[in-house]
Amino acid sequence: MKKKKKWQKAAAYVLISAFGLIMLYPLIWMVFASVKPSSEVLSSPSLLPSQFHPENFLEGWTMVRPYTFAKFFGNTFFLVISCVLCSLAISLFAGYAFARIDFRFKTFWYSILFLTIMLPATTTLVSRYVIFSEIGWLNTYLPFIVPAVLGVGNGGAFFIYLVAQFIRGIPRELDEAAKIDGCSTLNIILRIILPLSKPSLFSVAIFAFMWNWDDFQNQLIYLTQVDKYTVALAMRTTIDAAGADNWGAVMAMALCSVVPAVVIFFCLQKYFVEGVSTSGLKG
Amino acid sequence: MRRKKRKNGANLIGYSLIAPWLIGIFCFQLWPIIHSFLMSFTDYNLLNTPQFIGAANYSKMFQDENFYQAVRVTFKYVFIAVPAKILFALCIALILNLKLKGIGIYRTIYYIPSILGSSIAVAILWKALFVKDGAINALLASFGIQGASWLGSPKYALFTISLLTVWQFGSSMVVFLAGLKQIPMELYEAAAVDGAGRWAKFIHITIPGIMPMMSFNVLMQTINAFQMFAAPYTIFNGRGGPLNSVMLYVIYLYQHAFKYFNVGYSSALSWALLVMIAGTALILHFLQKRFLNYDD
Repeated sequence: MKKKKKWQKAAAYVLISAFGLIMLYPLIWMVFASVKPSSEVLSSPSLLPSQFHPENFLEGWTMVRPYTFAKFFGNTFFLVISCVLCSLAISLFAGYAFARIDFRFKTFWYSILFLTIMLPATTTLVSRYVIFSEIGWLNTYLPFIVPAVLGVGNGGAFFIYLVAQFIRGIPRELDEAAKIDGCSTLNIILRIILPLSKPSLFSVAIFAFMWNWDDFQNQLIYLTQVDKYTVALAMRTTIDAAGADNWGAVMAMALCSVVPAVVIFFCLQKYFVEGVSTSGLKG
Repeated sequence: MRRKKRKNGANLIGYSLIAPWLIGIFCFQLWPIIHSFLMSFTDYNLLNTPQFIGAANYSKMFQDENFYQAVRVTFKYVFIAVPAKILFALCIALILNLKLKGIGIYRTIYYIPSILGSSIAVAILWKALFVKDGAINALLASFGIQGASWLGSPKYALFTISLLTVWQFGSSMVVFLAGLKQIPMELYEAAAVDGAGRWAKFIHITIPGIMPMMSFNVLMQTINAFQMFAAPYTIFNGRGGPLNSVMLYVIYLYQHAFKYFNVGYSSALSWALLVMIAGTALILHFLQKRFLNYDD
């Protein structure tokens, strides 16, 4: 019996390891491809390059003239970090209201919140574009930042819901005691709720970062000037223009473009799982 | 009297805290929906003044062969990608839920592809791997297998895109894992006392236990799948792929809106998409109520 159990365990390990390797193969391949000579990227079945070509990164970095990828990374970080901070602020305040304050029609608004989590953003893509173009926000980052600060950007309703659910789990006695001591609502939120709801705020930060970083569709329609380009848009021109005869450089930049999201994920992983499992759902 | 006063205070504070979100809902969600409804009855290309043309956009839509192609392709994609992704996520979650040492690392490994989401890097990677003279075929050739034209043939192109979707099953897996952890151990213990075998436990405890997560995943992934855009758009340069076999709905919508600046027609397409997604969501909801109600 015991022996059988051991065998089963070993089999499970082998299975999930082999499978994990298949899952990761494309990414491992990408890492190696980024230092291969361009002619070898597609055609060679072996992972290791015949010659080590780190200059792919240099070539890729200056591939979209007249700018370098430093400019595009700068733009993307500005856009994404603004959206993250705005999402954090609105989800903390609105989340607190939904979790703690008994205002009229709260249940109604809460169900609206829930409904908008499921609202497919693509169905309003065209009209949002028309509206933003009429108020002259094309080629600015406002179509990203303004919806984020109003809690309707990428993941907006979900973030409010996530933080509200988390705040519900914080003992009410804490903020009620503060209230009795004469603490204002703003102070309660900033001094008591904010530190205690850190895990959920970290999850908001991770998701907001990843989703805004990857939000190719909106970037594609709102940003058409090269000097406003994000990394994703710049990446796209690299495979468009050249017909991708410089695959080594393209893969090098593709690798660079995923590094920030991966780093953020690994640094805040603990909070990510905590946030998702306490609030239940979505990813 | 005092009670009422306090209530008013709560209203004031509550509404001022959610005021930005209310503005957001009206300006950037409700208004665009109404706006696109109005626009769908006009001829508008961003430069002219919108001309009211009645239901002409809708009658054009129902005669548009490409519209039907886009709907067909999209439903096919949803029916292939969503069940495959969820089944996959469930199987992996069940294995990862075994109490094995170091399982946390595997959870991370399986999640990594999903971090990359709909990024362009992933689309470029998929193109490099699956083009005819690309890495997958080179790998297959080294085993003596003749690879197909994964992206160039109408037979395989949509499957190759679906494979990308399935590869990113991480978020569904995390949801399943959270659900599996919530099933009380006592249930399994009680079942073991009653002499239930592994299979019986799985059918009668595990499956009903994760049903809420199942319906959540199916719903969310279906809604997402209808909106698939970034990867196929990048891989096929904004077109519909071989013989329009990958002409997903949103790509078609995008072409009309941002290539031909046909705002009226693409608004009608947007509304049709909303109706399609809402209809599918309602059917799923109904099916789940009808067949998966394990609580009774």
